[in-house]
Amino acid sequence: MKLALKELRRRPGRFATATVILTLIAVLLMFLGSLLDGLIASSTGAIRAQDADAIVYSASAQASFQRSRIEPDIRSAVESVDGVDEVGGLGVVQLGARVPGNGPRDLANVALFGYELAPDGVPEPPADGEAYADEVLKADGVEEGMTIEIGPARTPVDVIGFVSDTSFNGQGGLWASEATWRSTLAENRPDAQLADGVWQALVVRGDVEPGAIDSATDGATDSYTVDGAVNAIPGVSEQQGTFNQIIGVTIAVALVVIGLFFALITVERVGLYGVLKALGAKSSTIFGGLLVQAVVVTLIAASVAGALVVLLDVVIPPGSIPIAVSIGSIVSSAALLLLAAVIGCSFSLRRVLKVDPASAIG
Amino acid sequence: MNALELTDVRKVYTMGDGSDVVALDRSNLTVAEDEIIALVGPSGSGKTTLCSMAGGILSPTEGRIVVAGEDISDYGDKELTKFRQESIGFVFQSVNLVPFLNAKENLTVVDELGARTGKEAQRRADDLLGELGLGDRKQNMPSQLSGGQRQRVAIGRALMNDPKLVLFDEPTSSLDTELGEQVMELIRTEMKRRGTAAIVVTHDERITEFCDRSVHIVDGRLES
Ligand SMILES: Nc1ncnc2c1ncn2[C@@H]1O[C@H](COP(=O)(O)OP(=O)(O)OP(=O)(O)O)[C@@H](O)[C@H]1O
Ligand SMILES: [Mg+2]
Repeated sequence: MKLALKELRRRPGRFATATVILTLIAVLLMFLGSLLDGLIASSTGAIRAQDADAIVYSASAQASFQRSRIEPDIRSAVESVDGVDEVGGLGVVQLGARVPGNGPRDLANVALFGYELAPDGVPEPPADGEAYADEVLKADGVEEGMTIEIGPARTPVDVIGFVSDTSFNGQGGLWASEATWRSTLAENRPDAQLADGVWQALVVRGDVEPGAIDSATDGATDSYTVDGAVNAIPGVSEQQGTFNQIIGVTIAVALVVIGLFFALITVERVGLYGVLKALGAKSSTIFGGLLVQAVVVTLIAASVAGALVVLLDVVIPPGSIPIAVSIGSIVSSAALLLLAAVIGCSFSLRRVLKVDPASAIG
Repeated sequence: MNALELTDVRKVYTMGDGSDVVALDRSNLTVAEDEIIALVGPSGSGKTTLCSMAGGILSPTEGRIVVAGEDISDYGDKELTKFRQESIGFVFQSVNLVPFLNAKENLTVVDELGARTGKEAQRRADDLLGELGLGDRKQNMPSQLSGGQRQRVAIGRALMNDPKLVLFDEPTSSLDTELGEQVMELIRTEMKRRGTAAIVVTHDERITEFCDRSVHIVDGRLES
């Protein structure tokens, strides 16, 4: 092991190519991870923010607000379920908004929510015509005190403050009263207009299981815990699946790169290994040295890549690419790379075992 | 106690096509405790094969090998590794120093792979390099040493573990005559100083002058 570390220190050139390639792979991996986290965060913020024990959609809605309708009688049924303390309506309309100072085609994507029960970090519903905006909308030029015009009907909404991490489907959240939401929906999406008292979804607080709500409504509803509702948002698990496949392929590439590199190094060193074995080195000592080198190279690559990704996060203007860089995801990417390094390296184990000390002599 | 006793040792290689090559045939050889033996013979006669078995690198097909009282005839890979680590010194035909270690580290590596005595090994390496006339070359990398100096480092490495038997496989073949004689002189001095036994493989009859006794080998058969 001392030998392996000395070689790394004295002959860094031999390991430079592998380290650079691994660094690039690690950057890719960490960037993908951050992008996935960012995309998921901007798709699910509005649901994650809900301070709720259950979120209720109508039975055939498949957790889509657009498809979901909760009639007043269903709401009454939910309210009378054992353990339910509070029930609030929730509805959304996703539209483009004109922001003063921006060009006529430069629309900000917004998801305007009408709500009764305040999510975490969001104040009680504001007065009609007003809304709290998610701070990602600042990147579109939205400022406090500004009046933005929503949708083709240019429904005016006054921004009276900012909230954070409440985006939905990648669109910045706007949190408004029931009346503001209903009028915005009616003016801009007449076909989706809802009668008074009809909501898209319900937010339920209390000591109650989602399943109990669905049986109390005779299957007219489809209820989730907050976590369940997050995963059920149309597209979220698909996004996650796609990204995880790309990440998996990237790790496989890293594994092959490390495997090939150390296989080459092992072939090159067969003579040296023969001599060391003749001097009494165990195969395990030699392979251990190889592992140490792989781990060090990977750690260096992962550290450099981690620093680069953090830098990238600083450099990329907020709101342009939804990346969410976190130490946790960088560390877990590094851990995956280390695992790939160890597995890649182990392809050379057989060759190390096969080195014959007799090859040193004669 | 004799440094080496070979009794009816035979080594047969079975080739891919099933035919057998007898590399060493029923050989008997005794090397006394502090004796230096020259093993002389033409190419392919079995010199390396004999040394490899005496040094625990190869196992014999038949016969008994006893090194300083230790019978290694039936040792497995693990036991042989430990045996080499503790009891044998090798100097190979081509100088196989570790290229990224300096002269002194090429000696201490033997300790790192084996006994791990640390400080004591450092001191021993200093002493050996001094004796070998390399006291001012300890920090040189192999590429910064002459051929003769490298061979001397290799001799130092072979002596690091205080072996019972040192095997030199054509130690002077890559050196010119004068340098070769100097190295042989040095080998003889170091062996006699320690009372360590050695087998020196060579083609070169002149080398035998530095040894106590010559043993000839032809076609895998020893002739005294
Ligand atoms: N691994 C092996 N497989 C098959 N045959 C071998 C093997 N090693 C050696 N031999 C054969 O055994 C015989 C003795 O070989 P050995 O290497 O001991 O000769 P040597 O005396 O050291 O020769 P040289 O002076 O050329 O080094 C030769 O005929 C050789 O071809
Ligand atoms: Mg030979």
